[in-house]
Amino acid sequence: MPDTQLEQNIPYAIRAYSPEQLTDALRKMFLIRKFEEGAEDSYTRGLIHGTMHLSIGQEASAVGSCMSLTDEDKITSTHRGHGHCVAKNADLGKMFAEFFGKETGYCKGRGGSMHIADPAKGNLGANGIVGGGLPIAVGAALSAKRLGTGAVTICFFGDGANNEGAFHESLNIASVWKLPVVFVCENNKYGMSTSTERSTAVRNIADRAVAYSMPGRTVDGNDFSAVTEAVDAAVARARRGEGPSLIENLTYRWRGHSKSDRNRYRTKEEISDWMGRDPIVSMSRLLVDHGILTNDGVAALETEAEQVIKDAIEFAAASPYPKVEEVTRDVYTVQEAAE
Amino acid sequence: MNAHTPTALRELSYAEAIREAMDLAMAADDRVILMGEDIGVYGGAFQVTGDLVHKYGTDRVMDTPISELGGAGVAVGAALTGLRPIFEFQFSDFAALAMEQIVNQAAKVRYMLGGAVSVPLVMRFPSGSGTGAAAQHSQSLEAWLGHVPGLKVVQPSTPEDVKGMLLAALEDPDPVMIFEHKILYKMKGHVPEGYYTTPIGKAAIRRAGKDVSIVATSIMVHKALAAAEQLAGEGIDAEVIDLRTVRPMDHETVLASVRKTGRLVCVYEGVKTLGVGAEISAMVAESDAFDFLDAPIVRLGGAECPVPYNPELEKAVVPQTPDIVEAVKNVVKGRI
Repeated sequence: MPDTQLEQNIPYAIRAYSPEQLTDALRKMFLIRKFEEGAEDSYTRGLIHGTMHLSIGQEASAVGSCMSLTDEDKITSTHRGHGHCVAKNADLGKMFAEFFGKETGYCKGRGGSMHIADPAKGNLGANGIVGGGLPIAVGAALSAKRLGTGAVTICFFGDGANNEGAFHESLNIASVWKLPVVFVCENNKYGMSTSTERSTAVRNIADRAVAYSMPGRTVDGNDFSAVTEAVDAAVARARRGEGPSLIENLTYRWRGHSKSDRNRYRTKEEISDWMGRDPIVSMSRLLVDHGILTNDGVAALETEAEQVIKDAIEFAAASPYPKVEEVTRDVYTVQEAAE
Repeated sequence: MNAHTPTALRELSYAEAIREAMDLAMAADDRVILMGEDIGVYGGAFQVTGDLVHKYGTDRVMDTPISELGGAGVAVGAALTGLRPIFEFQFSDFAALAMEQIVNQAAKVRYMLGGAVSVPLVMRFPSGSGTGAAAQHSQSLEAWLGHVPGLKVVQPSTPEDVKGMLLAALEDPDPVMIFEHKILYKMKGHVPEGYYTTPIGKAAIRRAGKDVSIVATSIMVHKALAAAEQLAGEGIDAEVIDLRTVRPMDHETVLASVRKTGRLVCVYEGVKTLGVGAEISAMVAESDAFDFLDAPIVRLGGAECPVPYNPELEKAVVPQTPDIVEAVKNVVKGRI
């Protein structure tokens, strides 16, 4: 029998997941980081137009939250959603191709950064509307319950969405109908430029769970194991048919809100302080400390991620653009309705 | 069937026809669920769902909280993931609370995702004036939604059509918005038994005529038909077209009629400016049928004000049969 006292000193993630699963999680965190750095670089070089919302610094929240999900389980995501796509096993080449506006992209160039989805992997998509995904996630949970699939839906949203009516309506409906959905708030402290202190009447967003009779927990969103422990428990509760939960992952985006951000609302000290709490560094340390990876092994994962991104960008760059004459395709399923 | 000789055509009210369509669909397909405010034991504000909750239970006839945005979004999410929801707004006016999910999500998800998904969602909107419920419970908002690619918007005017178009909407893989005029709910008419569909996107010629084309929607079809009868007594032979679908609009039926009659009067209850009649008029003006016009196009639509409470004022803000008679006479006699 294992020593219970000793077991409790081992972080949850190490106890709950195999070395292969944990290595894969760190690999995904590197992929997210490198994907977004690659996207930023491509933007700077004029290869990508429009805008983008980078989640660099939030990788533990995306990957940690999805650890106990299968392809049958659903997620809804946000405008800051690249990490969620990767966590849900998206194809990086198709993601980059979408960024480049190519026909080979996830949305065939029609959606761009804010609408990447991968229904086959259970990713119902990012969303350009703050709070837009919340009731949709509840609807997916209703389908799962009604159709008896056993699937759980994780609904990602940011702190900004917690003051939308859609947030409150969605949590209430999910609770009243006891639906298998986990609301994961990625609180990165700012809705664009407005801090949660200035926008939100409660101290912790998870406190709002009380109003909807569901468990609410606030965790260090940069601590992979803490995220996993909280979300896994909520997913398990949902799978048991006991209803929804609200998890708040406290985290930080290193970059601005979008490409237009001039960072006038936060200090350099605050940014550098959070950069000192890099979730990839702490996850790497966790795996090295527990003998799952060597430092060389970590470095190899990073190098591998860089190569995957390089290949993905090459695939995207070489892919064809959509045809202008097909611009109204897919407005309707049966196309004659498009007139 | 061949041995069956019905003594009379079966009649149902418009509301009963909707209920029969939902009942048939629910019996045939477990994925069909109803969602809305007070549609369970209450039976719906207009008694459209009636007693369906007793037949299918509260798991399939779901009373939502008074949460139009949340409820509509849940229906969108459910449609995306395998269910076939029919979402009832208690009044079409309340859809204003849910526009985000209808316009930004339901209408666009398929396109934004490059065709990877469909949203087989049906929404029902009790609409229109005539109930003394004033400005926030009497609007005709079909043009709002008709403006959004990705949606289909229908306005059935008869019990037979509303049953067939609701069943067609359920077969449709894309979101279909059904605007039901509240005054029609109690109107009776022939409704065929069993399952049938009435095509979305096809207008119906309700009365053939040669002197003028009256293109009407929803309850205005009945007012136009009454006007046409009066006009016939005065020697004017009006053709009455029931548009039935706002998006996608049946251009060909309208154009063929205008080519024949050379005159066009559009009659609709929604506010006249930027309404359904504006689209019909522009569509005709842009076509070869323009060359057949012998008189300017006339639109009769809702007044440029909210719907008032006082019954006489309420009548005054939407086209009435005498208004149609007068407008047609002016068009035919070249008085405009």
